[in-house]
Amino acid sequence: MATAKTAAPRGEARGASARPRGGARGVLGRIADRYLLIVYTLLAVIYLLLPVFVIILFSFNNPPGRSNFLWSGFTLKYWLNPFGVSGLPEAVALSLEIAFLSTLISTILGTLVAIALERYRFRGRAPINALIFLPMATPEIIMGASLLTLFVAIGAAPFFPLNFVTILIAHVMFNISYVVVTVRARLAGFPRHLEEAAADLYANEWETFRRVTFPLILPGVVAGALLAFSLSIDDFVITNFSAGKTQTFPMFIYAKAKIGIPVQVNVIGTIIFLVAVGAVFVTTLASRRSNKR
Amino acid sequence: MGTLLKRHRWIAPVALLSPGVLWLLVFYLYPAVQMLQSSFWSGSLETGFTFSFDNYTNYTKALASYAPMYGRSIMYAGAATVLTFLIAYPLAYTIAFRGGRFKNVLLFLVVAPFFTSFLLRTISWTILLSDDSPILRVIHMLPGVSPEFRLLATPIAVISGITYAFLPFMTLPVYVAVEKIDFRLVEAARDLYAGPWRPGGAIVGFVVGGGLATVLGVAFEWDFLITGIVGGIVGAGVGWFFISESFVRVTFPLSVPGVFAGSLLTFIPAIGDYINAELLGNPDTTMIGNVIQNKFLTQNDYPAASALSFMLMAGVLVVVAIYARILGTEELSASAGRI
Repeated sequence: MATAKTAAPRGEARGASARPRGGARGVLGRIADRYLLIVYTLLAVIYLLLPVFVIILFSFNNPPGRSNFLWSGFTLKYWLNPFGVSGLPEAVALSLEIAFLSTLISTILGTLVAIALERYRFRGRAPINALIFLPMATPEIIMGASLLTLFVAIGAAPFFPLNFVTILIAHVMFNISYVVVTVRARLAGFPRHLEEAAADLYANEWETFRRVTFPLILPGVVAGALLAFSLSIDDFVITNFSAGKTQTFPMFIYAKAKIGIPVQVNVIGTIIFLVAVGAVFVTTLASRRSNKR
Repeated sequence: MGTLLKRHRWIAPVALLSPGVLWLLVFYLYPAVQMLQSSFWSGSLETGFTFSFDNYTNYTKALASYAPMYGRSIMYAGAATVLTFLIAYPLAYTIAFRGGRFKNVLLFLVVAPFFTSFLLRTISWTILLSDDSPILRVIHMLPGVSPEFRLLATPIAVISGITYAFLPFMTLPVYVAVEKIDFRLVEAARDLYAGPWRPGGAIVGFVVGGGLATVLGVAFEWDFLITGIVGGIVGAGVGWFFISESFVRVTFPLSVPGVFAGSLLTFIPAIGDYINAELLGNPDTTMIGNVIQNKFLTQNDYPAASALSFMLMAGVLVVVAIYARILGTEELSASAGRI
């Protein structure tokens, strides 16, 4: 680790190599200096992506039995029939439904909170900041477990027995903070004079918000929504505590982990990966284009 | 409406805040209070629960039986935090200072694992670390490794699983902190004759390299004294040549907030994690998360489970409070938001 020595291929900094540096180093040292960190970074990236590669590779596997654990030949048959396992299509549909709904609710609630915290000075900001921050700093198992004790203590519908509603409540709960933080980051660098200009041109508060503020914070809102969606669709721990007998896609994977995971799960996992990568790609392109304008 | 809003300036913020804040009060904060209450319950799901302060024995019993699991969780999460720091710092540093036009691509690759399911990634590690995997075959070819050596279902697998799972949580805050550093400060340090950091770099390198190699030696059942010394010498060499004074006195101090935020964001999810211990470990690697999950969802022993969770939460809150004191919550949530 810790290799700050002469990091310098930054324009004029390159001339720095002429300065005395205490102890001469040969060609070997310079090569190591220039390439060591690059090689290290490539290794780290390979390490990070190795499991992703395995997930994709094993979606083409053709295992003889139920467990998709050993490589035993290439096949496309699971890609042609990705929902051919009982319970899987329902679980994926439920996950998508919860992800959409919880993203919608948490994005609205979170954006409003972000605007209030960034735009207004009032007493009680500190405790509210803490309340927003704490869910991000609490282990998931504790949030899941404490929600479960609440639902059990109420012990009546619609909270108990656990169902779709309780999962949704939990997902909105852990998503709000992430939306708030993402939207606030966008609001913090916000050109206030545009709003003042709108007010000077006789726009009322609502018109100013709709035609000036909202379009400008929209990238932050979209980023927050994407984050919320990806957190929701992948959540296992909290969902496991608030789902009861209802089964989401991660819970389906967990249930099958002990008895052998169907190859189709890898196919769906790969599709989700590709869609997410595509979404990031599209939003990056879109924000680049709007920056150019 | 406009005049109403202007006359009562508090209406707008309250209206904006209340839905979100209420949701968190009711479904985040209140359940924590509820959990404290249920930790003083006795009874069962069938007979119903009764509250009494006499049931503080839930805590003493829980501590008596599960203290080792708390200890193990702290140890595993701590080890994983140190490892993520060692892996993530050079990575974040390189992306920030040498990424050039590949900066965004590299950042994207760092977060790309998040686009696949957390469970599927952990299951991938069970495939990669299993006895028949190519990785194990290579390790078995190394000299001095016993043929019985395995990785899956060992503490090493659990710690490396946790390290892998939360590596981006460390990388991103460190990256954000390093990226903000004004590089002219580093140049100024060099102009003021900041050279290699000697002998400090060698000492730090020796300790880190030696420590890592010793742990590896123990894990692979080699002579850990020899591996430790070899690792220490390699580390000292790297430290001697590559750690500069400008890094120690300018870059690193300026990146400390990122390191703090990153270690908090790694340690907290790591200490509550039970998926890695369950899928990659064995019965002797049980962490406190496994116990809580099992008591809540399989045994329906809510009182004991609540007591266990509450103690974990209290511990985490102490850590968070210390960090918030040093760092402020705004900085912490800002780095959390970038993930």
